[in-house]
Amino acid sequence: MLEKALSGSKLYWGWLVCLLILMAAGFASYLVQYNEGLVITGMSRDVSWGFYIAQFTFLVGVAASAVMLVLPYYLHHYKDFGRITILGEFLAISAVLMCILFIFVDLGKPTRILNVMLYPTPNSILFWDMIVLNGYLIINLVAGWVTLESERKQVAPPGWIKPVIYLSIPWAVSIHTVTAFLYAGLPGRGFWLTAILAPRFLASAFAAGPAVLILLGYLVKKLTNFDPGKAAFETLAKIVTYAIILHIFFFFLEVFTVFYSNIPGHMDHMKYLYFGYHGYNALVPWMWAALICGFAAIVLLVNPRTRQNTTILPIACVLVFICTWIDKGMGMIAGGFIPNPLHEITEYAPTALELLVTFGVYATGAFVLTILYKVALGVKEEEAAL
Amino acid sequence: MGVDRRKFLKIAGISAALGLGGSVGWQLLRPGQLDAAEEPWNTPYQWVTRDHGALKEVPNPRALKGKRWGMAVDMKKFTPATAKAAVEACNYYHNVPSIPTKQDIKWIWLAPYKNVFPEVENPMAGDYTDMDYITMCNHCDQPPCVRVCPTKATFRRDDGIVLMDFHRCIGCRFCMAACPYGSRSFNFQDPRPFIKKQYDGFPTRAKGVVEKCNFCAERLAVGKLPYCAEASGGAMIFGDVDNAGSALRKALRGRYSIRRKPNLGTNPQVYYLV
Repeated sequence: MLEKALSGSKLYWGWLVCLLILMAAGFASYLVQYNEGLVITGMSRDVSWGFYIAQFTFLVGVAASAVMLVLPYYLHHYKDFGRITILGEFLAISAVLMCILFIFVDLGKPTRILNVMLYPTPNSILFWDMIVLNGYLIINLVAGWVTLESERKQVAPPGWIKPVIYLSIPWAVSIHTVTAFLYAGLPGRGFWLTAILAPRFLASAFAAGPAVLILLGYLVKKLTNFDPGKAAFETLAKIVTYAIILHIFFFFLEVFTVFYSNIPGHMDHMKYLYFGYHGYNALVPWMWAALICGFAAIVLLVNPRTRQNTTILPIACVLVFICTWIDKGMGMIAGGFIPNPLHEITEYAPTALELLVTFGVYATGAFVLTILYKVALGVKEEEAAL
Repeated sequence: MGVDRRKFLKIAGISAALGLGGSVGWQLLRPGQLDAAEEPWNTPYQWVTRDHGALKEVPNPRALKGKRWGMAVDMKKFTPATAKAAVEACNYYHNVPSIPTKQDIKWIWLAPYKNVFPEVENPMAGDYTDMDYITMCNHCDQPPCVRVCPTKATFRRDDGIVLMDFHRCIGCRFCMAACPYGSRSFNFQDPRPFIKKQYDGFPTRAKGVVEKCNFCAERLAVGKLPYCAEASGGAMIFGDVDNAGSALRKALRGRYSIRRKPNLGTNPQVYYLV
């Protein structure tokens, strides 16, 4: 089926070339980092994880959200998702791939990455994260590819693929739960030390992922003959609505516990993020922007008239994306480190090289996604022509 | 040789680090030579050839042995000069670089009371809360850094010392997120240009790995006390927490001591006498 990716319009090739240029720029920046060390990033002794781990965390959510298509379609036989489930699975593949790349570029000694497998350590959550992420990548590759191939051959998918697809449902939940456990089990970090971290991650994931999918769906509809269908868009929009409301609700649950209990070790991170702390306030505008985008999205999504409007829905989806990306990306990671365990404040901002590496990884994800979508849409087109 | 990599490290790494006075990291002795050796060793282990030709590692008989090592810090005994000397001795003998940015490396340093003991502030306490406190790895009984490390590059020895294997660390920095005391540092860059005067008795580190205080494991192995304790003018008392007769236990007996964040269940082994 891959041959479908080898023929395309000028726009298709132009886009791929653009991505390749970005990938090359990212790779060159990574080579600088590889030679000089992580000194080229904005990270520090106090904020020891930064933009890379933030993107990783966000993208695990995007990857997990494929379950929002797989579950209705395969468990509830919700036929309207029949045409786009493959797009969700392929989005998951590219997202997991980016997650793995972001972990890789964050390592101080990348050449030793296999030590995680050579010295397996079950008490480390990172060990389990490695297992669930790679497992999820394989499950989605197999499930996506096999179902698409069957579709192309106009035959029913083989029986053995069903259990694999069913497995992908709890597995999707597991990748984001385990990712939350990376943070939620650390005794000295009050911001992360909360049982609601995993639910919060899942809620924002199920808002962000389907929102990205709606935007991709519109793009695909505009650029090709493929139409995911009005019903699919509307159902996805409802999922985004519920999830973004849950996301904001969970956020306020956190706010209540943190501020009503009045425990400084938990409160100070929130204070830093939303009001500034001892004069340090680099993230305050970002956090409020996220919150405002979240509320604006809820207003647009709750009202059926605006939600069903094909011009407003993409705007709402962009707002959801900005809200969850800032919240999980900038806020969740840096916020957990500021103030540090000694209650000192070191602020964090990514450097230009760090951003270039990040763009490079995103470009790689977009490249893989483009190829996969080209194949999937090629099969759908072929099918339609029959 | 039937020695696995980690054991080899334990022996060779530390011995090489201590190749003092031009001696090699470890020495091969002929049968019977061990008993004849009169000079005290300054290496943690020696290899001895047995009659049938096999090699056997023999630990330094003077090595200090403890069930659970700990440290008491008597802030009242410190003068600004001895506190500085303790920090500087550690920095010099462990090749700890001094990097003038927020990507610095610290093994042992001084910080105000409110930073070393956040959430245990007591504005009415006066004197002892006005001082700067010595801060270092607590060599926790239940170390979160060890729990999260995905490669066992950081591990807790049976005698309670939490160590780093610089050759296994992948630089993921999970341990830095896990440490509730901010005791760990990451080599964001090659640290060597930032070492003012290199001490040849201890390995320098490479970029990309995490490091921290090692309770001078290399000193204990040859029967000596940690550098900071030695330089502190009696203000830092090192000893075996599990031995009721140890100097440490004696120091802790008569005085009130506090520990950093004991509510986290890490059971830190650095005690501050106040």
